[in-house]
Amino acid sequence: MDFDRIQEKLNILADAAKYDVSCASSGSDRTNKNQGLGNASRMGICHNYTSDGRCISLLKILLTNHCIFDCAYCVTRKSNDVKRAAFKIQEVVDLTINFYRRNYIEGLFLSSGIFKSPDYTMERLVAVAKKLREEENFNGYIHLKSIPGASDELMYEAGLYADRLSVNIEVPTISGLKLLAPDKKHEDFTKPMLKVKNEIVRYKSERKIIKSTPKYAPAGQSTQMIVGASGETDKDIMYSATYYYKTYQMRRVYYSGYVPVADDARLPAIGSQVPMLRENRLYQTDWLLRFYGFAVNEILNNDHPNLDMDVDPKLSWALRNLHHFPVDVNSADKRLLARIPGIGMQSVEKIMKARKFRKLNWDHLKKIGVALNRAKYFTVCDSRHWERRDLDAEKIKGMILQTSSGKFRNQYSTQLSLFN
Amino acid sequence: MNPSTTLIYDGSFNGFLTTVFVAFDEKLNVADIQKNSECQNGLFSETETIFTNVEKAKRVWNGIRNKSHNAIANVYFAFLSETEGVELMLYTYIQKLMATKSGKQLDYSDGIVLHISQLARKVGREKHRMEAFVRFQLTKDDIYFANIEPDFDVLPLISKHFRDRYADQQWLIYDVKRKYGIFYNLDHVEMVSLNLSDIHHNKTVKSDAFKPEEYDYQTLWNEYFKSTSIKSRINPKLHTQHVPKRYWKYLSEKKEAV
Repeated sequence: MDFDRIQEKLNILADAAKYDVSCASSGSDRTNKNQGLGNASRMGICHNYTSDGRCISLLKILLTNHCIFDCAYCVTRKSNDVKRAAFKIQEVVDLTINFYRRNYIEGLFLSSGIFKSPDYTMERLVAVAKKLREEENFNGYIHLKSIPGASDELMYEAGLYADRLSVNIEVPTISGLKLLAPDKKHEDFTKPMLKVKNEIVRYKSERKIIKSTPKYAPAGQSTQMIVGASGETDKDIMYSATYYYKTYQMRRVYYSGYVPVADDARLPAIGSQVPMLRENRLYQTDWLLRFYGFAVNEILNNDHPNLDMDVDPKLSWALRNLHHFPVDVNSADKRLLARIPGIGMQSVEKIMKARKFRKLNWDHLKKIGVALNRAKYFTVCDSRHWERRDLDAEKIKGMILQTSSGKFRNQYSTQLSLFN
Repeated sequence: MNPSTTLIYDGSFNGFLTTVFVAFDEKLNVADIQKNSECQNGLFSETETIFTNVEKAKRVWNGIRNKSHNAIANVYFAFLSETEGVELMLYTYIQKLMATKSGKQLDYSDGIVLHISQLARKVGREKHRMEAFVRFQLTKDDIYFANIEPDFDVLPLISKHFRDRYADQQWLIYDVKRKYGIFYNLDHVEMVSLNLSDIHHNKTVKSDAFKPEEYDYQTLWNEYFKSTSIKSRINPKLHTQHVPKRYWKYLSEKKEAV
């Protein structure tokens, strides 16, 4: 193996792949067989974190950064003047195996620029996965990128070897897509998704009857969209995400604050701030929809097309719906408990267990881990004081902001700093 | 009422379970439970030395497990935290557990119950981190070797994880702090106690104990680690929150940081 040459390729092709935010290695139950190598851990393992704080759990690379497309938001676009490189199939296999053996990674995330044609590219991605599974007896995690426009047959084969498949829709609105990625059609993204979804459903039902049915993409599908590149609202983004969750049974939708990589009149200029706070609020909303039983139109609608930046979406919802509160922690059902600001899902479980023994008061809640600075305005418990008295939403918000210290706090404070 | 007794055991988990058995069996009024390596006599209590008995230990283990799988995990994890005084807390915890009808009905507003479950969580987190931060280096005898230095004694907890994962390679994980390791010989995992004088940090100096290509892969990984960062989003505070600095000296990608 020529390490210097590999090194050079790795630098180029890892650098180009880093804008893909998915790093999950969880949700697959592939187990080690025939004394082979690897075992996918159900919960996933992050082996390190980049200096921007994102998890590294997979060897995330492009097979090549040669590309026939010219999408404005992409570093790898045809018109961009960057160094190009391409891995050989065996090189990717060797890198994956040797990194995995040293416990650097959970597996491989393989994406690619599109060279020659979508099918030609997809075929090579599938070949890498096939080699890993069949020749190396590798049972670690494999995430393959579905190439937009790839044929149904190749997508079918990909699902047999990969744990997860994903195709990035990148731009949340169809009009935005036309503007920024004129070479790509909306159907190019959705067709492979539909194929994979249907196969997953089919394999699952067959598995119920015949236990030995092989696994088909056991960790499901995911997708990602860029935030803040085409002027869309948070409502556009979350409604589109909800659509993908429902229609294609996505496991995850990722939101990626746009990092300017191109000088282009259609896009935010190079050097403009990455909208990290907005990205953070979108993830919080995503969580509320998936785990807390909120419906998307409760949080975002025509009256509120964008999320508040100064408070989290659950608090924001609560402030707009004070008539649901106060909630009694000692009697409310699970669904309502989960809607109290400052109470997370873990606290909900603990409250449900603890209140069988005694009525809970502020002290108990604090010990359990509830964020009282927020929760106290929305709950009553076995203590005499109810903190909200007759405060209105504005006052509550003000008092909470005074006592909280979020990491983005200084960006939104109107108070001038005395020592700066 | 019985006079209070301090029980001395050998420091092993089986020893601790035996102690619990004896305390229940003889209806002792337990003042404290201490390891024989670090015991201190109380002024007003008698001491009794307990000899480990696997049969007795098993009965306690099964007794707790029959109450609740969650509780047995909590007991084992919290024990491995090596926290001072954890034995007496665990004893009280087991008493409470046995007094309930079903182990699922534990009271989380009770101080001891909450504390034990928090300790178990801490150990669980350390276990998970060790599964992530072990970095094997390939020695000339074809053994993948790693040093770790965890806060808690988690080697017994991670052995299954690595056996399942690396079934086709020999590996050895050595706990620098506690001076023992676990070794997988392609068939089963065994405990080995050795006293390594030369600790293989990720020093930039190359050791000839390892295969030459080992360093090539370390360089590749090191470079990969650097090229995945997005410069416009750098956030060192978040980084060290996820990867506390005490782990850095054993991470091959952090070579320059040492």
